[in-house]
Amino acid sequence: MLLIDCPWCGSRAETEFSYGGEAGIVRPADPDALSDAEWADYLFNRTNPRGAHRELWNHAQGCRRWFGVERDTVTYRIARSFTLPDAAGAADGGVERDFETGDPTDAEPGDRR
Amino acid sequence: MKRYSALSLVRNALDYNRSWQTAWRSPEPKKSYDAIIVGGGGHGLATAYYLARDHGIRNVAVLEKGWIGGGNTGRNTTIVRSNYLWTEAALLYEKSMQLWEGLSQELNFNVMFSQRGVYNLGHSLQDMRDIERRVNANRLNGIDAEVVSTADLKRAIPSLNTSPDARYPILGASLQRRAGVARHDAVAWGFARAADALGVDIIEQCEVTGIDVRGGKAVGVETTRGPIASDRIGVVVAGHASALARMADLRLPIESHPLQAFVSEPIRPVLDTVVMSGAVHGYISQSDKGELVIGAGIDAYNGYGQRGSFPVIEHTLQAIIELFPAFSRVRMLRLWGGIVDVCPDACPIVSKTPVDGLYFNCGWGTGGFKSTPGSGWVFARTMAHDEPHELNAPFSLERFTTGALIDEHGAAAVAH
Repeated sequence: MLLIDCPWCGSRAETEFSYGGEAGIVRPADPDALSDAEWADYLFNRTNPRGAHRELWNHAQGCRRWFGVERDTVTYRIARSFTLPDAAGAADGGVERDFETGDPTDAEPGDRR
Repeated sequence: MKRYSALSLVRNALDYNRSWQTAWRSPEPKKSYDAIIVGGGGHGLATAYYLARDHGIRNVAVLEKGWIGGGNTGRNTTIVRSNYLWTEAALLYEKSMQLWEGLSQELNFNVMFSQRGVYNLGHSLQDMRDIERRVNANRLNGIDAEVVSTADLKRAIPSLNTSPDARYPILGASLQRRAGVARHDAVAWGFARAADALGVDIIEQCEVTGIDVRGGKAVGVETTRGPIASDRIGVVVAGHASALARMADLRLPIESHPLQAFVSEPIRPVLDTVVMSGAVHGYISQSDKGELVIGAGIDAYNGYGQRGSFPVIEHTLQAIIELFPAFSRVRMLRLWGGIVDVCPDACPIVSKTPVDGLYFNCGWGTGGFKSTPGSGWVFARTMAHDEPHELNAPFSLERFTTGALIDEHGAAAVAH
């Protein structure tokens, strides 16, 4: 069982969350300008790393908000959670927490280092 | 290779079993080969076997980073069937089924293929409509399939809860009588031994760490046991396909997930067939040792850890107890996870790549074991002729660009 840190609700059991796959995939602004191969890469291709993975989770049975988690795909250890920027790139007010201590970190909300 | 037979049993018994040959050699890797197969699972070994048997390419190395039978080949629930919905998939899995039917004789190794039938249960009107559609599609493709009623199920599987009062009442099922199970370890060992006898070098404890590409052509691999040259490289590494693709600067439409399975303590014979339910979401059969062999869906998150989360175990056992309330007091003996490579359309990629001489066979997801011989057969042909066979031509990497996906989520029987 993963213990996942929701930036708004704190640490909760994995069963409260649903998984959203790789984070940081941005929908192309002008799909018509893309070749079929570029569109296919956006739609289907995934990094699928062995090791550190930035991924999306939704707190489906809690605040129902999306956020990001950095997790190791081999050890399953979660390094940190992070909030997502809105369409304009502004932070949406979530607090980034250090998973080990539960304390807010000094990272900018929405920071995607 | 000395053939196994009843006579060989007697002869070796007289010799106090001191003269059995090892099943395959452990050769040192050569500097170069006519073909390299990366991955010594069932699919890779089958590919090497059919390359040697059908295409005269015998100077072949199979590179395995662990040991033969230690990956997904030894981690599945051993179910073999070919009742897929779409023609492309049905014909590919049916090719495999036909190879299964003669495999023990072909390999001179008992893979214990037991055609005990597979039932796919329906729990709603829509399930039954889908089942009838799939059964009819199967029959049009020449694959045996029939729809059975709840009364038939009650007769055939007395321990199954067919009560109308069940939380998810069973309304019927599809049945493929030619489907069944096989002994997974024996499949790996049988293909390894038969390929070795045809001259294939099986090199264990040899991890591929790089793929050498020059001028758009594959020329060899880097391994933990030194570089090995070849202009024909087939990658068959299931869950690690993305990592291998990255070595050649390719991206794949694949995500790796843990898929868990478990066996119970051995009990008396109670289930002589295979029961699968896509709706309550579990599948079960009984091994020859008496263990109940149980599986269900993948863990939702990406993972390479060969283990998953407890909620999936709980969910799986809930499904099994829903179907077979009598199993509620059976204890589980072992559980494990394999890493499955899941494609967006739940169908495999058996394909050439943009790199000349580099071929990928991956994306089998949760359904790889059943396709072991057929996968090897079409992949060998693809590597030998640099051109896919008509059976695997639809399963190209390009289908994700052209949009010609083959959506088998329905017949995959496991939610992805």
